[in-house]
Amino acid sequence: MQVTVHGAATYCYTGGKSFDAARPTAVLIHGVLNDHSVWGFQSRHLAHHGWNVLAVDLPGHGRSGGDAPESVEQAADGILALLRTLDVERAALIGHSWGSLIALESAARLGTAATHLALVGTAYPMKVSPALIEAALHDPEKALRMVNVFSRSGLASPSGGGFWTFGAGMALGRRVLRSNPQVNVFHRGFVACDRYAGAEAAIAALACPVLFALGQADQMTPPRAAQGLIAAARARGLHVAVEMLPAGHSQMTEAPEETLAALRGFLST
Amino acid sequence: MPGYSDPGFDTLALHAGAVPDPATGARAVPIHLSTSFVFESSDHAASLFNLERPGHVYSRISNPTNAVLEQRVAALEGGVGAIAVASGQAALHLAICTLMGAGSHIVASTALYGGSQNLLHYTLARFGISTTFVKPGDLDGWRAAVRPETRLFFGETVGNPGLDVLDIPAVSQIAHEAGVPLLVDSTLTSPWLIKPFEHGADLVYHSATKFLSGHGTVIGGVVVDGGSFDWEGPRTAGRFAELTAPYEGFHGMVFSEESTVGAFLLRARREGLRDFGACMSPHTAWLILQGIETLPLRMERHMRNTQRVVECLAAHPFVARVGHPMLESHPSHALAQRLLPRGAGSVFSFDLKGSRAQGKAFIESLKVFSHLANVGDCRSLVIHPASTTHFRMGDEALAQAGISQGTIRLSIGLEDADDLIDDLKRALKAAEKAGA
Repeated sequence: MQVTVHGAATYCYTGGKSFDAARPTAVLIHGVLNDHSVWGFQSRHLAHHGWNVLAVDLPGHGRSGGDAPESVEQAADGILALLRTLDVERAALIGHSWGSLIALESAARLGTAATHLALVGTAYPMKVSPALIEAALHDPEKALRMVNVFSRSGLASPSGGGFWTFGAGMALGRRVLRSNPQVNVFHRGFVACDRYAGAEAAIAALACPVLFALGQADQMTPPRAAQGLIAAARARGLHVAVEMLPAGHSQMTEAPEETLAALRGFLST
Repeated sequence: MPGYSDPGFDTLALHAGAVPDPATGARAVPIHLSTSFVFESSDHAASLFNLERPGHVYSRISNPTNAVLEQRVAALEGGVGAIAVASGQAALHLAICTLMGAGSHIVASTALYGGSQNLLHYTLARFGISTTFVKPGDLDGWRAAVRPETRLFFGETVGNPGLDVLDIPAVSQIAHEAGVPLLVDSTLTSPWLIKPFEHGADLVYHSATKFLSGHGTVIGGVVVDGGSFDWEGPRTAGRFAELTAPYEGFHGMVFSEESTVGAFLLRARREGLRDFGACMSPHTAWLILQGIETLPLRMERHMRNTQRVVECLAAHPFVARVGHPMLESHPSHALAQRLLPRGAGSVFSFDLKGSRAQGKAFIESLKVFSHLANVGDCRSLVIHPASTTHFRMGDEALAQAGISQGTIRLSIGLEDADDLIDDLKRALKAAEKAGA
């Protein structure tokens, strides 16, 4: 469905069910050069199992208009505005990669209105190599290939439907890049990841349980790069769950069942 | 340089889509000859039917062995995914019927396999889908043939059997300006010679019976989606409601919302395989996988042998014409140099100088070449198109496809090139004598 947020159309995939604010809401936030469809095997299931799903296309990405966010904080502004527009008072925040930082920042600002925070493929700081940022700006096709090569853990996808995860990642990246002729959202997203410095403060403001769902073979956000956040969340006294998924950085497509199981188990707490 | 994390073509041909079987450790892909798959629970069953979770339900829709083949072909082509079906013709039919219904229109190359030409010209017309045929190199013709109801451009990478090379970059540009995708039959080239997606094609299919299988043992087809075409872009808005509007035949699903780059494949599988039912046997899928494992090696040898044979025939006094783009005399020579640097395939035609009776004597004198209706086998093959593969076509359509009554088609196999050349020379001599 399309929702007008900050004067711009924002697309939310609702998992094949109509939006119903009376049900508990889960917001799913994608990473750099992705869109809502990366959550396909998780969002549709949650929507048919009691959750009110809002799998967003971030502003300036895919089907959403508006300015592509220049920072994690700006992206979180958009998520909170979306929830206000839809009169959603409490929500679970689920994010992947860049989206995990946006989910973290959003959950911190929601305080007790955030019911759960699930960080899939996360790291902090989420530093991006200068070479990759440079390539994203000047040679996006090369950078896209690098990202997809680094993101996969093997040469077979368990999707069951004959999809080739690597090719799908390449095609989606090209499509999202093309969707915004004004801004190179690849470069902008990477810069936003690289510059985000608010995770410690965000963790300190959290009031909900946190799930870290990490890819065992993730080269983009390796599990060791999430340990600082995990320790900070534990030190804060939050309920913390850590799930190691048999995947690289494409957790939702390389390990769709395990990712779903981790989310379902966590959201039921 | 490609490493394990960024594998090259040969590695993908062996490994893409497959891991050692987690249940048994089997290294080769297991053949899952099972019609159906047990559900873990009622909720699991409902979730699979509702596309909430990945997995297999019934082998008409999907099967683990077929899924490996689908991923492998998609990987070799650079696509987002694929669907294995019962034959190349089933692949063409599935692609067309996923995108359109009665009242729709196709613009297609004149240089097509006879069965494809027949499907478009006669059979689909019976169901209200019309086709305008244009010569593959007539770019103005492609543009002029577009109508408001046009839904697809269609051609072969190299036309059968004249080997007119399709200018995929130019034709796809015209298609995209018209807001329609380009479907390419890449059977005769295989992804080893050309990857049509890299040149602008949107959908690719193969008769996997040919080079992908390579051993003349099974019939099969594969359709691959490049994931590049925007079914609801500014030029296509409303034109592909099959993918962009709620489909009551599957819970009101909007396929383009479900999958940004896989909408075509979702509908083709959920509707096309479910309702038309032209699925592939897992045993067939396995045999095609066996073939694909050696595709790079075979294609290299096919091309090396073809070069020797073409050079021999081109220099032979009893041969009037050899129709292979490796020769400067071929109208597609320059285009082939640009799009097909590894060669334009090992299936080509030539004309004898003699009569049709001498042509018959030629074919019947061959010993190594087998006279049959197939191409892309590891064995060398020969046929007379005008009386066999293209026999339904009139003289005008034959001429447009580059076929005369004296045209002979060869499919060069993997035998010793010297043996192939000896066989051809001996048969040419017999044909000459038959005219004396």
